Amino acid sequence: MAEFKTAPAGASTGEKLMTWVDNRFPATKLYKEHVSEYYAPKNFNFWYFFGSLAMLVLVIQIVTGIFLVMNYKPDANLAFASVEYIMRDVPWGWLIRYMHSTGASAFFVVVYLHMYRGLIYGSYRTPRELVWVFGCLIFLCLMAEAFMGYLLPWGQMSYWGAQVIINLFAAIPFVGPDLAILIRGDYVVGDATLNRFFSLHVIAVPLVLLGLVVAHIIALHEVGSNNPDGVEIKAKKDANGIPLDGIPFHPYYTVHDILGVAGFLIVFSAVIFFAPEFGGYFLEFNNFIPADPLKTPPHIAPVWYFTPFYSMLRATTDQMVIVFSIVIGLAAVLNLVKGPGKGQTKLGLLVGAVVLIGLLNTFEAKFWGVIVMGAAVVILAFLPWLDNCPVKSIRYRPTWHKAIYGIFVINFCILGWLGIEPPSPVYEKISQVGTLIYFGFFLLMPWWSRMGTFKQVPDRVTFTPH
Amino acid sequence: MSNQPVDQSRRTWVTMACAAGGVGGVATVVPFVSTFQPSERARAAGAAVEADISALKEGEMMTVEWRGKPVWIIRRTKEQLDALSKIDPQLADPNSERKPAELTPEYARNTHRSIKPEVLVAVGICTHLGCSPTSKFQSGAQPSLPDDWPGGFLCPCHGSTFDMAGRVFKNKPAPDNLEVPPHMYLSDTKLLIGEDKKA
Repeated sequence: MAEFKTAPAGASTGEKLMTWVDNRFPATKLYKEHVSEYYAPKNFNFWYFFGSLAMLVLVIQIVTGIFLVMNYKPDANLAFASVEYIMRDVPWGWLIRYMHSTGASAFFVVVYLHMYRGLIYGSYRTPRELVWVFGCLIFLCLMAEAFMGYLLPWGQMSYWGAQVIINLFAAIPFVGPDLAILIRGDYVVGDATLNRFFSLHVIAVPLVLLGLVVAHIIALHEVGSNNPDGVEIKAKKDANGIPLDGIPFHPYYTVHDILGVAGFLIVFSAVIFFAPEFGGYFLEFNNFIPADPLKTPPHIAPVWYFTPFYSMLRATTDQMVIVFSIVIGLAAVLNLVKGPGKGQTKLGLLVGAVVLIGLLNTFEAKFWGVIVMGAAVVILAFLPWLDNCPVKSIRYRPTWHKAIYGIFVINFCILGWLGIEPPSPVYEKISQVGTLIYFGFFLLMPWWSRMGTFKQVPDRVTFTPH
Repeated sequence: MSNQPVDQSRRTWVTMACAAGGVGGVATVVPFVSTFQPSERARAAGAAVEADISALKEGEMMTVEWRGKPVWIIRRTKEQLDALSKIDPQLADPNSERKPAELTPEYARNTHRSIKPEVLVAVGICTHLGCSPTSKFQSGAQPSLPDDWPGGFLCPCHGSTFDMAGRVFKNKPAPDNLEVPPHMYLSDTKLLIGEDKKA
């Protein structure tokens, strides 16, 4: 327990009050640790806006969500009409609703950019693995949150989107069909499904999400922020133990982030007021038709932020399963012939590969589609252990590494675009190649990230005062 | 911590108390998870439905709702029926041999997958991920379909295609043919969907 302090003689009322509080709750201590004496590297650039912006969008979503719940009805017969009621009859209801629907897309824009920042500057490398893993869990929660929230307006896309995703679980061998019924609470997507998704969307997942955000920030403040140079600022400290290249979060980065917030709000407001549906990307046109269990809209696609993963799901056909089998077989044989490690381990891996190939060809392609989609998200969490690069930041990597990152981003965007388009044989082939590139990027990273000539990493961060 | 020796009997009791408490805690999960199951009301809503097909013309399709799912009734033309046997090599399961107990009742295990050759009764839910396929009865080249398209159904979600008997084409995401629900004719123009003579 901390020592009981007394305010110095002649202290102001404010000081006395804070002393009283600090003796009972570590208010000043917390403020110092996380704000006024949290030292962040001084060379943050544009990419470092997106963390605080993600927090801002989280707050927007929670506040607008609270107000939407006051008028929304989670009932299959009333839900669609209650959303239209919010849009037309509730004073300013349209604004709250558009803030929430645009906020969902904004959340993914901001989070994708935030993750990209982590990717290029190696922010997931030692000792920041847990910061990254918590972040991946936040991303997973966000996806659950977005998916369940999308059912609530009970439009055609809500209904058929949920139908497809819940049936993904039905593809799991043995337990799948029962699991799907357990999720739906009925034999078809219906009132029971809507009601429970409402509960999960407004209470359960947000609570988990908030907990994870706290864990993400506590872990970050424990290890300190990375920076565009990937230099550990804690390695060089002044006489007081403060990193030479560190500046206190407040006032430097609070003010810096206000610029980011202003820029974000300009764009966010422009979308809300001038293009809230964003040409059918943020709110799909088919979702303005009430859910009809007898008729699937002629073209159904998930909202844009799910489409890269959805493309990989669609790419997993019988042919693709054969390709996977060949790739796994080749990798195991190559490992046996040329790989490092003991003969026993290598033989074990070969047996494992044979079993996996057997399983690949036993269960139907649809199940593997689900696995591929899940793996595409989960594999992100393993980045800290896949990257063997001697430098953290992309700034000091060979030029061809930058090209690989470029290809990865372009490939991800192409997959995203394909997921919006109706299926066609040519697009199917492209998305299959895209899926291989996506997984190749991660699974081959232990090798390619070590290769090439790396530039000298400086001792201190590069920073030009302006 | 003191450096007194561990009192083993106390430790045993603590372990046992924790184990008993843990069992109780886990058991509490059962009622919570059970509420996720379909309610009694949802279980009860599964009655058979009747459909009058007297007004259904050749080449037309009607949809009725059974257990919340669309059931299609299609009166196929002679050309459509004749085309069925020609495309066997393009199909994944032309003779409806996969999961026959779930997907194809005995009286529908034939090329046309129906009791009366011209009238197909099938659940309009794709066996991939549960979308309802769109009817594409017109044959020939068109968007999202092969150039030698014989007529049938296209699932808008993931591009699975089915022929005019609800049989799935090869190398598509959907693994199985469309389900033929249990059904029977009450009269020449009246169908009962959800029950057959066995039941």
